[in-house]
Amino acid sequence: MLVLNINGDIHRLDIEPETPMLWALRDEIGLTGTKFGCGAGLCGACTIHVDGVATRSCLLPASDAVGKTVLTIEGLGAKRLHAVQKAWIEADVPQCGYCQSGQIMAAASLIAQKSAPTDADIDETMTNICRCGTYPRIRAAVHRAAELAKI
Amino acid sequence: MTAHLTRRLFVTSSLSAAGGLMIAVAAPALANGAPLAAEPWSPESPAHAADEINAFVVVDPDNSILIRIAKSEMGQGVMTSLAMIVAEELECDFARVRVEYASANRNLVDGNPYQSMGTGGSSSVRRSRVFLQQAGASARTRLIAAAAARWGVGPEACVARAGSVWHEASGRSAAYGELAPEAAKISLKPEPAIKTPEQFKLIGTRAARLDTPLKVNGEAKFGIDTRVPDMVYAAVANCPVFAGKLKSFDEAAIKDRRGFIAVVPVENGVAVVADRFWRAKEALAALPIVWDFGEAAAANSATFRADYRAALDGPLVDAVDRGDAASAFLGAAKIVEAVYEAPHLAHAPMEPLNATAHWRPDRIDVWMGTQFPEEAIKLAAKTGGVDPRNVHLHNCFLGGGFGRRSVNDELRQAVQVSKAVGKPVKLVWTREEDIQHDRYRPQAALRLRAALGPDGLPKAFEFRTAVGSILRSLGWATPANGIEPMAVEGLSNVPYRVDGLKVGFALKNTHVPVMFWRSVGSSQNAFAVESFIDEVAHAAGKDAYEFRRALLRDRPDFLAVLDKLADKGDWGKPIKKGAARGLAIHEAFGTIVGEIAEVAVSDKGEVRVERVVACVDCGHVVNPLNVEMQIESGVLYGLTAALFGQITIRDGRVEQSNFHDYEIARMADSPVIETHFALSGGAKWGGIGEPGTPPIAPAVANAIFAVTGKRIRSLPLKNSTLGA
Repeated sequence: MLVLNINGDIHRLDIEPETPMLWALRDEIGLTGTKFGCGAGLCGACTIHVDGVATRSCLLPASDAVGKTVLTIEGLGAKRLHAVQKAWIEADVPQCGYCQSGQIMAAASLIAQKSAPTDADIDETMTNICRCGTYPRIRAAVHRAAELAKI
Repeated sequence: MTAHLTRRLFVTSSLSAAGGLMIAVAAPALANGAPLAAEPWSPESPAHAADEINAFVVVDPDNSILIRIAKSEMGQGVMTSLAMIVAEELECDFARVRVEYASANRNLVDGNPYQSMGTGGSSSVRRSRVFLQQAGASARTRLIAAAAARWGVGPEACVARAGSVWHEASGRSAAYGELAPEAAKISLKPEPAIKTPEQFKLIGTRAARLDTPLKVNGEAKFGIDTRVPDMVYAAVANCPVFAGKLKSFDEAAIKDRRGFIAVVPVENGVAVVADRFWRAKEALAALPIVWDFGEAAAANSATFRADYRAALDGPLVDAVDRGDAASAFLGAAKIVEAVYEAPHLAHAPMEPLNATAHWRPDRIDVWMGTQFPEEAIKLAAKTGGVDPRNVHLHNCFLGGGFGRRSVNDELRQAVQVSKAVGKPVKLVWTREEDIQHDRYRPQAALRLRAALGPDGLPKAFEFRTAVGSILRSLGWATPANGIEPMAVEGLSNVPYRVDGLKVGFALKNTHVPVMFWRSVGSSQNAFAVESFIDEVAHAAGKDAYEFRRALLRDRPDFLAVLDKLADKGDWGKPIKKGAARGLAIHEAFGTIVGEIAEVAVSDKGEVRVERVVACVDCGHVVNPLNVEMQIESGVLYGLTAALFGQITIRDGRVEQSNFHDYEIARMADSPVIETHFALSGGAKWGGIGEPGTPPIAPAVANAIFAVTGKRIRSLPLKNSTLGA
């Protein structure tokens, strides 16, 4: 039995310890906002926060999250929209939307670490794949989110 | 998740005979993340009346408007742009508009109220606009008539505005919500005229997408997010060599694993079913499988490449033979000739293919994202042995389409597995299955020749292509004239003025399945033609922009785009050392797009596309914001392919397997992208989902030539050595 703290809720899961967090979230708990994209840590669609750090959940054994705090897209703006989510709406970022949970979680982690990320920071940190080509809008939205977070 | 089972509450179901107003209380479809009505439409549904003609508009008593969207939302913005078209005529407050998918089952059973729901060919606005305007106009006119009848005044004395009908003379007004039940009983003869573009108020404005809020908080439901009671999961292995067969498997090796339910042979492969997807996937990886690869196990891309090049020597079928090209070549002052090559490409939408099917002897329910809902229903029905009338498709948001979700191989397998295990099954392809079992953009070779006159301008072109037949690969019929349009689009309609044009093609299929990939034939043909024009311009010693201007003198629409592009894209202006601009212009799906790419090439040969300026003539624009987003999208989709994209075959199977070797442009690769308009208006309504893609590869390749002097004639660029 794994005991996991996800979005502030305690979940007791009877699963194999090596089950990737991605599938624990999606299939055990029903938090489907975290997406399966590649299963190999290459695309970032499954990005969540573990103890505040952006983490690709498809490669993270659920047992490794025991004793840690896990935040998913559903928890990010649960009380009120996060600055990144607001900026995403302002900048009209999503197209198909499938990668955006991961993009937003990556961006939230970035601006938590760097209050005013540069374009180079964004290039280096925002490595999630988007097939719809929302990168220029993501870049603008990350800058905007950094401003909103200061307000 | 029991939402799927909750019957939708309709308090009123009166429907008029004449056109599209249905009055009901609707579940807030987008508010709960599911774009489809909770309960699928059926002939017995209280929402349905036998005399209904169309069903796009629902007005709630609280004055909110539900508009049904009969095209699939895969990121291209149809949920917003199609709703805007209806709302334009309806004269309602767009902020109070909600949308949901129209029912494909209803379309199939009820006489096509939504016409074709197939989503592709950049056609949603182009092919739906008139009947969507009509649906909105019809609803508005009947709401006015209802108010006029209530007040005992003539309808011409009333106006509809912002979701209410107003009688200015008496100062009375009534909101749509209160008028709707009466309006629904009114028949109109004749149907009202629809607005002309100069009357538009909503169309042409920048409207935020209606689906954005759901896509920033994880609420949007894609097919892969489906959860239905009693559901089990399937992972599938398709035969590694296309057209190979499953010989045997050893179920005993995995039957004791936790959660294991069954091994089920399916079309093209074998599925493992378990109580969780992860367990199914792991069990499949441990399953010993024996395949019969067949003859194709010897095939490889190097052979294909040689075969396609050889096929350019003929025999060819003529798609165009206009003027006297042969004489022009005999009398030419100079002949320019070049061969271009394009590889197979995977679509790789971010959401891996998946389908959830619940087969029962008399009914199938399907949850997935598909570009062709009616075809999905027919496929499920045929596979499951159920009348199509009893197949209910719950279309979801598509996590990218780009053509891939036009043919639903995953659905056939999901129905097979559900039937075998007697439960609802969510079948998910891994990324490896997606990359290795796509239906690919065809590989192609092209030979382009130009006969130049003494003035340096071409007098004739001869274009040849050898390419895989999409129609043959899909088992679809070739048009009666024997010409496969996808093979020659972008070649046959080359806009440049010449005296003679000859376009020939050789269709040459391998065992690799091929299909529609964003912009289809234009994706490779524009690369060849627009690179070649650049070559010809250089051979003639002329500027690439001025050269095109001279050849486009009969095409004011092209010239308008080209001139604005050159202006906005700083053509001819200084640029930093080691960088240059490249230009390309192409018409596809009724829309002309020109692009200028600013490209830097380092001493080591590293290519960096820094800025792309696009200019668009799609005639009219429904939502400029969405057009900009689609141009950005088209540019980046094409840029990924230009820089990195290639699927190669070795021993009959695809060599690439995931994003480490099927690379996708990322943030650091992404240029600044600017979109400008040179709209010709008039009767022209062009598509926008695809036309941004074709020009980017030649624009980048032409810029690279300008920097390095090296001509790129084969994609992707990563295979070219550009450094010292």
